[in-house]
Amino acid sequence: MKKYVVPPLGGFSPTGFRLKAVRHALVCVFLLVGSSQAEFRFPMPEFVTGYTHPAVHTPAPSNAMVGWDIVVLVSTLTLAAIFVLKRRKRREIFLLTLFSMIYFGFWRNGCVCSVGSVQNIAAGICDSSYGVPFTVLVFFALPLVFALLFGRVFCAAVCPLGAIQEAVAVKPVKVPPAVEKVLSVFPYIYLGLAILSVAMGAGFIICQYDPFVGVFRMGASFSMLIFGGIMLVLGIFVARPYCRFLCPYGVLLNWASKLSLHHATITPTDCIQCTLCEDSCPYNAINEPTPAEAPESRGKGASRLGILILLVPVMVVFGVGVGSLLKEPLARMHPTVRLAERMAGEDLGRYSETNIESEAFRASDTPNEELYAEAVQLKAGFGRGGKWLGAFIGLVIGCKLIAVSILRKRTDYEPDRGTCFSCGRCYKYCPVKE
Amino acid sequence: MKPERKKDRRDFVRGAAAVLIGGAVMSAARSRSPRLVWQLDPEKCTQCGRCATHCVLAPSAVKCFHSYSICGYCDLCGGYLRPDAKSRDTGAENQLCPTAAITRTFIESPYYQYTIDEDLCIGCGICVKGCDVFGNGSMYMQVKHDLCVNCNECAIARSCPSDAFKRVPASDPYILKSDRERRIS
Repeated sequence: MKKYVVPPLGGFSPTGFRLKAVRHALVCVFLLVGSSQAEFRFPMPEFVTGYTHPAVHTPAPSNAMVGWDIVVLVSTLTLAAIFVLKRRKRREIFLLTLFSMIYFGFWRNGCVCSVGSVQNIAAGICDSSYGVPFTVLVFFALPLVFALLFGRVFCAAVCPLGAIQEAVAVKPVKVPPAVEKVLSVFPYIYLGLAILSVAMGAGFIICQYDPFVGVFRMGASFSMLIFGGIMLVLGIFVARPYCRFLCPYGVLLNWASKLSLHHATITPTDCIQCTLCEDSCPYNAINEPTPAEAPESRGKGASRLGILILLVPVMVVFGVGVGSLLKEPLARMHPTVRLAERMAGEDLGRYSETNIESEAFRASDTPNEELYAEAVQLKAGFGRGGKWLGAFIGLVIGCKLIAVSILRKRTDYEPDRGTCFSCGRCYKYCPVKE
Repeated sequence: MKPERKKDRRDFVRGAAAVLIGGAVMSAARSRSPRLVWQLDPEKCTQCGRCATHCVLAPSAVKCFHSYSICGYCDLCGGYLRPDAKSRDTGAENQLCPTAAITRTFIESPYYQYTIDEDLCIGCGICVKGCDVFGNGSMYMQVKHDLCVNCNECAIARSCPSDAFKRVPASDPYILKSDRERRIS
């Protein structure tokens, strides 16, 4: 590596402007004939007029807003819980949602956000040299704690990504429940991929494919804006497509909310089974009462459940198999693996020209073998990680199959604790008043 | 099963979940490294120009940085003048910088000072390349932390072909080529 050493001033005796000019010109000539052995091509001048180097501008990173972010997060979460559980007014929840969109989204540029904080936490656990900032810890933990206590009030009115989708959802249509169930596997895949990517040092993919950060910042890469635009247009008809079918943090919130101490209810008191709320939820998050007569005989249901429980290990093994097959494409998430494959391809003559990455690598004088060894090691890591990812997704699909197969006894219309965003749309459909 | 027992189980699982969240947070927080910010290593930078185009900010938070103490103060500046410049003066047609962000000031014969106007600089690195090829390399790229929003995942770091971006402690957020620089913040 080149080392920059500053030669001591006064290495040349000042005998006048003219001589200095000649010397300077001579150095230029030496350079042109190719004798630049020195650390620097040109000597640092010695000024006779008393000139001193101007100071350079090295502004410190700003830290001003961080405390405020935590204050705003705590207060919006508290307000959201009050609005959802006590005040039960859709309009108030929606106004808080708009505030969060403006503050966390447009004002704070969508960073730091709880959705992305999953990756920082994963990085903090996997990589001991990476310290998770205190704000990020709070942004990760607090919405989950609130979900354990009050359901997904974070999704309802605090998350800026949810807020912008809530704001555009003007004409939501009902997604068929079967489609909803199938698509709800994607957040688990996304979460698994994101954690794998962080664990292998391949970057934060949730941030990379964040659809709305470009909207909040009024500018992003083309692909980011296209993805965000598709999500927003889709969001007019399919409410909150990102939250329901992609959001990896939603998986954790879903789990926490299933255990929630208090959760939003459709009716303030007792359900009178008027069925008015049935179509009010654009998220398929209202569970209907179980029909009076059982849809199938007990024995048939029990044997199906038995088969499904036996299927779980099969799904996990199948997932491991698929995961190990996906080793190569998964490994390509890592820039070093991509570079190694590019270099090998170029050396084998598979590409007609070099690209910017391979040129930069050649200029760095690192031996190819080093790069290849690193890539092989990374690929092995992705092989192991891919199996874990496959096993996780197999387990998720197996558990989801069991969950749809079990008939839970319900006498009233209730929000599904896991998938309900506590948006409050159903409140005004309920004719029962306190 | 009695509803009472069901409630107990629920409380237990909720408690377990709270412990799990706490555990995740604690294990993530166990390494108390200082706050980190993004910076680029000028030794690795290849002046590809992606800093100008890949930052989430427009114009980019990466700007040209000038270390005066290692500058040769040349009249024929590779960072200021186009290689095919007709004359060595401040004429717009002679300037390399696409936004005329470099000001050339006469100090004393034959030395000229080159100052970067950060408001005009777009971080394209054209001058950096010029200074690197035909000069002391006193011009180089740095992330300016009054502008950088410190994204969780730096968009430039992801697209940097030479892996020059890294996280550095916020207390020492610049990688300068010369330590002798007088700094103002």
